[in-house]
Amino acid sequence: MNTSAAVEMRNISKRFGSKVQANDNVSLDIQRGEILALLGENGSGKTTLMNMLAGIYFPDSGTILVNGEPVVISSPRKAMELGIGMIHQHFKLVDVLSAAENIVLGLEGKLDLKEATRKIREICDAYGFDVDPNQKIYNMSVSQKQTVEIVKVLYRGADILILDEPTAVLTPQETDKLFAVLRNMRDDGKTIVIITHKLNEVEALSDKVAVLRAGRYIGTLITKETNAAEMTNMMVGRAVSLDIDRPEPEKPELRMEIRDATVRDEEGLLKLDHVSFDIYGGEILGIAGISGAGQKELLESIYGLQRMEEGSILFHDPDTGETAELKGKKPLQIQRMGISLSFVPEDRLGMGLVGSMDITDNIMLRSYRNGSYGFLNRKDPKKLARWIVTELGVSTPGIDTPVRRLSGGNVQKILVGREIVQTPRVLMMAYPVRGLDINASYTIYQLMNLQKEKGVAVVFVGEDLDVLMELCDRILVLCGGKVSGIVDGRKADKQEIGMMMTRVGGEQDGQ
Amino acid sequence: MANKVKEPLIHITRRDAIPWYKSWGYRAGAVLLSMAVCALITVLTTGENPLSVFGTIFDASFSTQRRTWVVFQNLAMLLCVSLAVVPAFRMRFWNLGGEGQILAGALATTACMICLRDALPNGVMIPVSLLCSIAAGALWGFLPAFFKAKWGTNETLFTLMMNYIAIQLVSFFIIVWEMPKGAGQIGIINQSTEIGWLPAVAGQKYLLNIIIVSVLTVLMFIYMNYSKQGYEIAVVGESVRTARYVGIKVERVIIRTMVLSGALCGLAGFLLVSGTDHTLTTSLAGGRGFTAVMVAWLAKFNPIWMILTSFLLVFLDKGASDISTNFGLNRSFSDILTGVILFFIIGSEFFINYRISFRHSAKKEEEKHV
Repeated sequence: MNTSAAVEMRNISKRFGSKVQANDNVSLDIQRGEILALLGENGSGKTTLMNMLAGIYFPDSGTILVNGEPVVISSPRKAMELGIGMIHQHFKLVDVLSAAENIVLGLEGKLDLKEATRKIREICDAYGFDVDPNQKIYNMSVSQKQTVEIVKVLYRGADILILDEPTAVLTPQETDKLFAVLRNMRDDGKTIVIITHKLNEVEALSDKVAVLRAGRYIGTLITKETNAAEMTNMMVGRAVSLDIDRPEPEKPELRMEIRDATVRDEEGLLKLDHVSFDIYGGEILGIAGISGAGQKELLESIYGLQRMEEGSILFHDPDTGETAELKGKKPLQIQRMGISLSFVPEDRLGMGLVGSMDITDNIMLRSYRNGSYGFLNRKDPKKLARWIVTELGVSTPGIDTPVRRLSGGNVQKILVGREIVQTPRVLMMAYPVRGLDINASYTIYQLMNLQKEKGVAVVFVGEDLDVLMELCDRILVLCGGKVSGIVDGRKADKQEIGMMMTRVGGEQDGQ
Repeated sequence: MANKVKEPLIHITRRDAIPWYKSWGYRAGAVLLSMAVCALITVLTTGENPLSVFGTIFDASFSTQRRTWVVFQNLAMLLCVSLAVVPAFRMRFWNLGGEGQILAGALATTACMICLRDALPNGVMIPVSLLCSIAAGALWGFLPAFFKAKWGTNETLFTLMMNYIAIQLVSFFIIVWEMPKGAGQIGIINQSTEIGWLPAVAGQKYLLNIIIVSVLTVLMFIYMNYSKQGYEIAVVGESVRTARYVGIKVERVIIRTMVLSGALCGLAGFLLVSGTDHTLTTSLAGGRGFTAVMVAWLAKFNPIWMILTSFLLVFLDKGASDISTNFGLNRSFSDILTGVILFFIIGSEFFINYRISFRHSAKKEEEKHV
């Protein structure tokens, strides 16, 4: 009987470019038949480390042993041969093919879909997966797609599974289901690594927890013998207060009335279905929902980027006391009406910023029309850029660095900084802390609170319910393009919000 | 050890930005290396002394004053067309219709010179034909842009097709205006009166063209880097969604930029007919609409660097044709040399952007760790 660990990683280092040391001399053992949680802040090198195990990257130095034998994992195929399979955050499935077709795609040998379907059913029954092998991917929910990815890896004979933040796209109920399946797999002798930065998931699922910080290995703990405070300390290096400030709103005043907002996408699918709610100046309105529940369409139609089929958006100007209808207005028209709406879109480099341009030119995006005689005025944007860099603590070689070269947190600080200096009346943010480490996230929360205290109406689309519940005054829950309900952030119950998020979605899954 | 640890032979990793002198060092190294390879090819295939071949290439451009003027005239015309395609390319609008836009401008100029020669004095003729050529080029640029903006047609195909329309129109009008009848060509227009001819400056026939293009280069540099429109072009090129987000009217920018691009090609057509050739042929553009693409890419769309790259291409082209006559070699041979040189220059960009490490260097590092 081989008593060595399933995987031993020895002195693994990986560097990207000259500045980013993603992994620095990491040594990590993964024991057979256990669930190991790989914990760390964003950018701590968890995904990079596991990508080297899965054959996506090749380490600059160090060795990897699988079942005690030194191996070279030069490609994902090689990893598969060694029984290592990884489920990535972004699924790699062909939409127009069925689950079974996706699962056998790329395998050598004769294609026998019937036999494959039978084998897939076997795997599903063994572990409790809920997948129809003949269902097309484009008809599936995110959680179903994830299941297909897991089955795909199992079908190929993996006994070491790596899951990269698998719960990021799931509702609380789906997460519970996934965890149950993972436990079944562990009991069957599979080795499971789950990459996460959520402590409650570590506690709920794992046998052991390994912590990375800034690319270094900090240590491994037995989950039962540790607690949240200890793990947080290892993860961030020092105690970080977990509570987010929530000042009491001062004299909130009605800023916007959205009535019966109805939006269809290009294919004519209903994305927003008669959504009505109010936005108040001086408070933070959170918007919760499974991804794709209409958050994007809601913000973009208020901002003027998407055409609203029906409904109205009334804006109450606190200075003049006048009310304006924003429906059917383009972003520039709204701006010319003297109404300052700021919008931090979800896709920062694809929509909010221009990656190849430097910080100054990106700050100028909003104000470049101010130059005289058709020429640009870079003087004021330069000043603003310097101000944002120092005020928000952006770490960058200079204001003439292309934003693409900055880390996610710094990119976001520039985008948020630019939107805040517009002195907005309404500040809309879509997933403003996605991909950011804890410190950068807190900077963003603080900025939101500051805006709230200034009387700005802040709309915050978030995915982490804990954050929403700690930061927001009210939370609007969207589900399948409809308003599921609006709850008080101070009294809300997490399970209740989770239920509201899934109610309509659950029905759709049953179709 | 039974299973010998095998590593991939090479890894390729992206570099951070490297300082400009290093990147130009790589490029210079690539040129030197390409010269060495060219010399080797020359010796192996022809037995000629490579130094005398290089000497011929150099002489082709600089042995006489006249040749030097011709080189600068060719450089100016190529640069003019390259400047014209730059705004479109910065917008990621692949304007391959430079050829047709030049011909449209040239055709308009010729029409003015022939149809209005009895009606207008020279002082009026030149501005009129200049405006007409710019308008014709602009129209040729407007059409594909309009269709792209309204219905999302493919600009590459559209602009390419517009080339053939322009060529056919030119062939048609050559027959209409042929001189003498039955010659199948127009011949020198207004040879005796020189109406519509650009004047020689300081006794040099080509100098005015060169001055105009120099001014244009500076203007284009300013336009692309310091004007609001240039900024809008860059934003649209990088991300249409970002452009919409900040309220840029993308359709308008596409049309405006292509009108500008076409207008400048039209200007090139005017300069060719009115300034140098004084006649119209279907091959007037001489492939510049396509060579300009290479000039612009090699210079990364920077108008100032484009002076260098267009010089390089003109210089190589002149050298190529002289080699073929002087050594009795096929013209294809000189094309091989040009190809080798371009291959190395373009290839050097890869080494500027990526670092390559080999297996043995990784092993050494491993030993260090042990």
